[in-house]
Amino acid sequence: MFFKIGAFTFGGGYAMIPLIRNEVVKKKLWLDDDEFMDMLAIAQSMPGPISLNTALFVGNKRLGFKGSLFSGAGIILPSFIVILLIAVVFTRFKENPVIERIFKGIRPAVVALIAAPLLGLGKSAGVNLKNIWIPLVVALSVWLLNISPVYVILAAILLGTSHYLFVKQKTKK
Amino acid sequence: MELSDLYLALFISFFKIGLFGFGGGYAMLPLIQREVVDLHGWISVSDFTDIVAISQTTPGPIAFNSATYIGYTAVTEMGFAQGYGVLGSAVCTFAVSIPSLVIMTIVCAFFFRLKSNPWMQASLSVLKPAIIGLIASAALLLMNGYNFVDYKSWIIFVAVLVASLKKADPILLIVLSGVAGLLLYPA
Repeated sequence: MFFKIGAFTFGGGYAMIPLIRNEVVKKKLWLDDDEFMDMLAIAQSMPGPISLNTALFVGNKRLGFKGSLFSGAGIILPSFIVILLIAVVFTRFKENPVIERIFKGIRPAVVALIAAPLLGLGKSAGVNLKNIWIPLVVALSVWLLNISPVYVILAAILLGTSHYLFVKQKTKK
Repeated sequence: MELSDLYLALFISFFKIGLFGFGGGYAMLPLIQREVVDLHGWISVSDFTDIVAISQTTPGPIAFNSATYIGYTAVTEMGFAQGYGVLGSAVCTFAVSIPSLVIMTIVCAFFFRLKSNPWMQASLSVLKPAIIGLIASAALLLMNGYNFVDYKSWIIFVAVLVASLKKADPILLIVLSGVAGLLLYPA
């Protein structure tokens, strides 16, 4: 089942969600809609690709740990096979001048495709005037100061929890 | 470099990517780029951009795609045979999945308590905007002299940006910009 989802979802994570929902909720009735939304929230807030997390969760709910192994393998294998074939072919044709010209056109497009959804994503992540400094500081520190995203993630978790602790202390008094 | 050392280095890098790759897809790009381009030099920044392009036009999450691709390329570029390259792909793909497997198994055991956990909510209140910043830095890191060679690159960039904001299909846009590359850069 997840092999099917893995094989037909182009463009990664967010494109997969409606497909997964259709299979898991509507066709197989493995989860109801509320459970699915909760599960999605969890999958998105944990590290790792969202589709893998979703697959692992559904597999685990159905068949325990063994189920998550199967659904995980199902979602990984299609892209593994496709990309491996591309890698084998592409490493041979990389120096080909025609391929190089094509990719000269594609590379700026790739950057545009990453940048385009930023506004929409920012809105749904709850970015507003009060916390816009967070993405700005993150973007600048990773881009210009060459700080590892690992530290950025750790700092964000630390900041969120210590802020919570601080507010809790204040309300106690 | 010994083959086993290379496998170990690939494993550690992709394990890290899986463990700290919050926000999925594009948010993971700066981390992947730092590990495989800046720290280890397994591939060049242009190759990395090409992998992202391939990911945008093929099924599956970017983290897996880059794991599979880089695993193969890093091993074969070192002069090892293709079979070892395939094993390299498997090592990276496995490594990037393990953190998810462990974490999701734990999460499933505690699911309903975690959902309303205030600590979890507190971390997410900063993590979510931070992830937007990571995606922005992914775009900024790729906006360099290797990917933007002249003014034509910028024309393509702006055109695709506008078309994408108007909800044009990303795969179509990649194909069109590939055609544009052929036409704009004569042999």
